[in-house]
Amino acid sequence: MNATERYRYVYKPLVFIAGLTPLVWLTCGAFGWFGASLGADPVKELEHECGKTALNFLLLTLAVTPVRNILGLPQLLRLRRMLGLFAFFYVAVHFTVYLVLDLELNWSTLGADIAKRPYITIGFTALLLLIPLAATSTNRMMRRLGRRWTSLHRLVYVIAILGVWHFYWQVKRDVREPLLSAGMLAVLLLYRVVRAQAARSAARAAASAGAHLPSTPP
Amino acid sequence: MPTRVPRIAPSEITSPEVYFSRRTLLAGALAAGVSTLAGPAEAAEGPPADAARLSYTANPRYSVSEPPNKYEDITTYNNFYEFGTYKEDPSRNARSFHARPWSVRVEGEAEVRGNFTLEDILKGQSLEERIYRFRCVEAWSLVVPWVGFPLASLLARFKPTSRAKYVEFTTLYDPNRMPGQRVAVLEWPYVEGLRIDEAMHPLTLMVVGLYGVVLPNQDGAPLRLIVPWKYGFKGIKSIVKIRFTESQPRTTWALATPNEYGFYANVNPAVDHPRWSQATERRIGAPFLAQRRPTLPFNGYADQVASLYQGMDLRRYF
Repeated sequence: MNATERYRYVYKPLVFIAGLTPLVWLTCGAFGWFGASLGADPVKELEHECGKTALNFLLLTLAVTPVRNILGLPQLLRLRRMLGLFAFFYVAVHFTVYLVLDLELNWSTLGADIAKRPYITIGFTALLLLIPLAATSTNRMMRRLGRRWTSLHRLVYVIAILGVWHFYWQVKRDVREPLLSAGMLAVLLLYRVVRAQAARSAARAAASAGAHLPSTPP
Repeated sequence: MPTRVPRIAPSEITSPEVYFSRRTLLAGALAAGVSTLAGPAEAAEGPPADAARLSYTANPRYSVSEPPNKYEDITTYNNFYEFGTYKEDPSRNARSFHARPWSVRVEGEAEVRGNFTLEDILKGQSLEERIYRFRCVEAWSLVVPWVGFPLASLLARFKPTSRAKYVEFTTLYDPNRMPGQRVAVLEWPYVEGLRIDEAMHPLTLMVVGLYGVVLPNQDGAPLRLIVPWKYGFKGIKSIVKIRFTESQPRTTWALATPNEYGFYANVNPAVDHPRWSQATERRIGAPFLAQRRPTLPFNGYADQVASLYQGMDLRRYF
């Protein structure tokens, strides 16, 4: 098996199974199968666990590029789309649980929450912003959008920041868990800032090396 | 202080027949253990068979007719940061906690002060069961059959002076026994307080048990406060100090986030928490899609307590 086949037939199916594991576990808990339980408040547990799982997949998606560069595994990129789509999937379940089981389909409360509760406003914004990214995740859309695809998918940085912020803002007092997510996101974003700066200064160095050549009038 | 005679809407009162039949049913289920006839449903509602039972009389006058939550829910879904900040933490981390021997220090504006053992505190108090609604500031609620005695009948024994305008309560501080106190999520020890008229109100309960058994550690053993018309965080647990004061006590949550938690913390659907709505609540243990219900002013105890706050701006004194 060459690397392409290994990704297609081994790694991708493994990531797929791993991605579904939280859902299977939460489903068992919701129905009390195999001794799993969601505790006294299954609705909140489902809501929170789906949200946290979504955020973790978002962080994993953002970790692909750094890990790939640092470990020299260019093929890792093949897993990124699936990780990102799992993030979207769990965000969608998170929102559905909130709307159906928590708010019990009370649409006016949903409207009021989105308008008046800043942590819900930013969480809902993150959800909306994820939709175009999920919709343009196919190979065809990538080809069709070309360079604009890359620009569009930079939205993921904004989405991740909104997601962590949403998590931090709804915690009552013990912010250790959201701070951990924020720390991981900061590292992943900082990596990109440093890389971009290194690339810029390399370009400047190249340009100033070019300055020794006979100058051209401005 | 003008305190109206407590009045509970007739619809709220459980008829004695229904009430006692429920008791009997429960007692029967307990006596039978997990017998096949009693059915697992009934057996699962109440406390474990080996829990230490209290002797008490039911007080239907102060009990709501809503069905109480399962014992398991009341003892595994706890906000008791002294044992961890997740709901299931206290039930796990409080297992080895020993609530005996226990003593309570009485200080401040009272004629009778000093250290009192738990036995002193309980002496002469007749225990009663009251089924109260419990509304958390996080917008969930329970119905709990507490066992305790009116706080007023305890405080009266200390003969508060005319300068005693407030009562301040303090939780045990012992990070070795309360591992959550090793983390500075709140300023320890936990402090709560009431205005003296709130403390003397007949609904205010000093709790030593629930579901007819001795209070489990995770619910605030051996002695906790329950003020049913206020958010749950006012119900301070594992009390070791009672102090009568002239000025308003500096309470833990109000100190931690003054714009989110006030001293009064009366349940009020009209005054939202800055980050979430208080208009509705979710009843733990209710069936899916039938959990959310409107929150009642003063948690449904307005007839009995609203007069305590006459003329006060409840938006300001939240």
